[in-house]
Amino acid sequence: MTAVIYIPDDSGALALGADRVARVVQAGLSARGLDAKIVRNGSRGAYFLEPMVEVETTEGRFAYGPVSAKDVPSLFDADFLTGGAHRLALGDPEKIPFFAKQTRLTFARCGITDPLSLDDYRRHGGLAGLEKAVAMAPADIVKTVTESGLRGRGGAGFPTGIKWNTVLNATADRKYIVCNADEGDSATFADRMIMEGDPFVLIEGMAIAGIATGATKGFVYIRSEYPHAVDKMRRAIEIARRAGVLGTAVLGSHNAFDMEVRVGAGAYVCGEETSLLNSLEGKRGVVRAKPPLPAIQGLFGRPTVINNVISLASVPIILDKGPTFYKDFGMGRSRGTIPIQIAGNVKYGGLFETAFGLTLGEIVDDIGGGTATGRPVKAVQVGGPLGAYFPRNLFDTPFDYEAFAAKDGLIGHAGITVFDDSADMLKMARFAMEFCAIESCGKCTPCRIGSTRGVETIDKIASGIEPQKNIELVTDLCNTMKFGSLCALGGFTPYPVMSAINHFPEDFKPHPVREAAE
Amino acid sequence: MVQPASTQAPQDVVARTAAVIADANGLEGPLLPILHGIQEEFGFVPNESLPVITQALNISKAEVHGVVTFYHDYRRAPAGRHVLKICRAEACQSMGSDAVAARIQQLLGIGFHETAADGSVTLEPVYCLGLCACAPAAMLDGEVIGRLDAEKLDEIVAEVRS
Repeated sequence: MTAVIYIPDDSGALALGADRVARVVQAGLSARGLDAKIVRNGSRGAYFLEPMVEVETTEGRFAYGPVSAKDVPSLFDADFLTGGAHRLALGDPEKIPFFAKQTRLTFARCGITDPLSLDDYRRHGGLAGLEKAVAMAPADIVKTVTESGLRGRGGAGFPTGIKWNTVLNATADRKYIVCNADEGDSATFADRMIMEGDPFVLIEGMAIAGIATGATKGFVYIRSEYPHAVDKMRRAIEIARRAGVLGTAVLGSHNAFDMEVRVGAGAYVCGEETSLLNSLEGKRGVVRAKPPLPAIQGLFGRPTVINNVISLASVPIILDKGPTFYKDFGMGRSRGTIPIQIAGNVKYGGLFETAFGLTLGEIVDDIGGGTATGRPVKAVQVGGPLGAYFPRNLFDTPFDYEAFAAKDGLIGHAGITVFDDSADMLKMARFAMEFCAIESCGKCTPCRIGSTRGVETIDKIASGIEPQKNIELVTDLCNTMKFGSLCALGGFTPYPVMSAINHFPEDFKPHPVREAAE
Repeated sequence: MVQPASTQAPQDVVARTAAVIADANGLEGPLLPILHGIQEEFGFVPNESLPVITQALNISKAEVHGVVTFYHDYRRAPAGRHVLKICRAEACQSMGSDAVAARIQQLLGIGFHETAADGSVTLEPVYCLGLCACAPAAMLDGEVIGRLDAEKLDEIVAEVRS
């Protein structure tokens, strides 16, 4: 039997040297005349163990990590192809606590299968949802998604089924499915991981969305900062097309659906749905006023479903296992699972898919293991650059859309950045305004002008110029931005700024020799 | 092989631009794919390409100019032989990317958005590469690098100067 070795080619693993490991393993196999096949899988998401090398043994998968190229000779000496003892041996990956504690629904295959093998995908339960969908009436598919309680995983948390229903009921000569893969928020990488590690699940989800709403064309808009995800998705679409998963007869049914990848051009604001639509149309990525909703007048003026990658990738399992199965996970109005991305200054960083409801403290301290530097946690930013900074005394907040909103925060795309006690929260507040100024599309005044005035005013606070008066001014400015901006960029930049001011007031007090932030 | 357009006859730029546009024929909303294609062809978006686009797509010069200048990715001048992008977003900041940014500017002797005088490297900021659990991160000519430290920075500098 040919041995199988799994070495991820996920960007995160590549950034930590996975290609070099693969080359040295290949050379070792040739030199020793061993018969083995290297599969480049996605990442399971434990970046503190990447590059994690796995081998298929008679007792199942056996993992080693984190492996660097210089460890490879000793792995051969330890006979790692049969799961030999080695200081990097992790044993059965499913039993590693970081994975054992998860509930993997959307990411069930990610890191396990060969991302570009449709056979592997089928063997692990893939296409079961689409097979059911092609035999269902569109309204029943929409009903299933609505009943599952799935809410938009991009950040807004809008019920996916309701959005689909609007598109289903709209009449037009054509409709579109647009997948928002412009994952620009710092601390988020779930979209990237699924596109690199299990691209067929996104294709399947989009095909189901197409059949449910009567759309025959789909676009995946991927940010240009993700070249590996672009490449994987393009190859996966080509494979799916050749296999009849996409095309004029989806899985041999009377439904037609095809899709293509479009690449962004480095504008953060294009993660905002209406900017993304303008960008797809070949225009400047400026925000459109709503209404009209994209579900009524979206891409090229046609009814359009625009959903985040994770929302669409969660649909196949809902169709396969039924809405109740999915809905039974979670709490309150946050149903199902959420891939939490634990990032920044954290010991055990990575993607952790779990039902809603864990507290922030459990996520940061128990799963994340505290900071990488070993210093105390000062703040965690939840929800990317537009999310609030939470101090330790809010660590009892459960991971749930409503619970975070009640604490003046948001879950967003479920990214968490951990900061140790060396973080300067005034500097982080200033950065939030600066980032907004860099990325503002310029369409509305509160965002375009407010962000620049925000940077200037925070600089005055930093220099000790009338700090109290200027904090009041920033607070007032944040109110204007929050209620006067057209989209979440200007509208949510106040979250990091105000949470920094409210929870960490000591960082905004004049220091005797405070240096201006940059 | 990318050749700087400034060393070529304008006619050549026009012909190569037309070929890129022909490749995008039939796409819905073709402007961004065309501009990406042109940048891949020339290494930047030459001025001589713009009238060719306006004519082919039947849109105004202002519209094309507006799109080219809106997106951070499109260059109006050739970059260095290498392009180094350093992530400056929050997750990387939490792991000391500000110090990394200061160090790399010092080592290369250039600031962000600048190209070294010998044309070896262009330094750019990037706001998130999705490598937030292995921060601080960078991208060198499309290759991702995580957990940047002094040693890796020295390797990067050696590579761009070689």
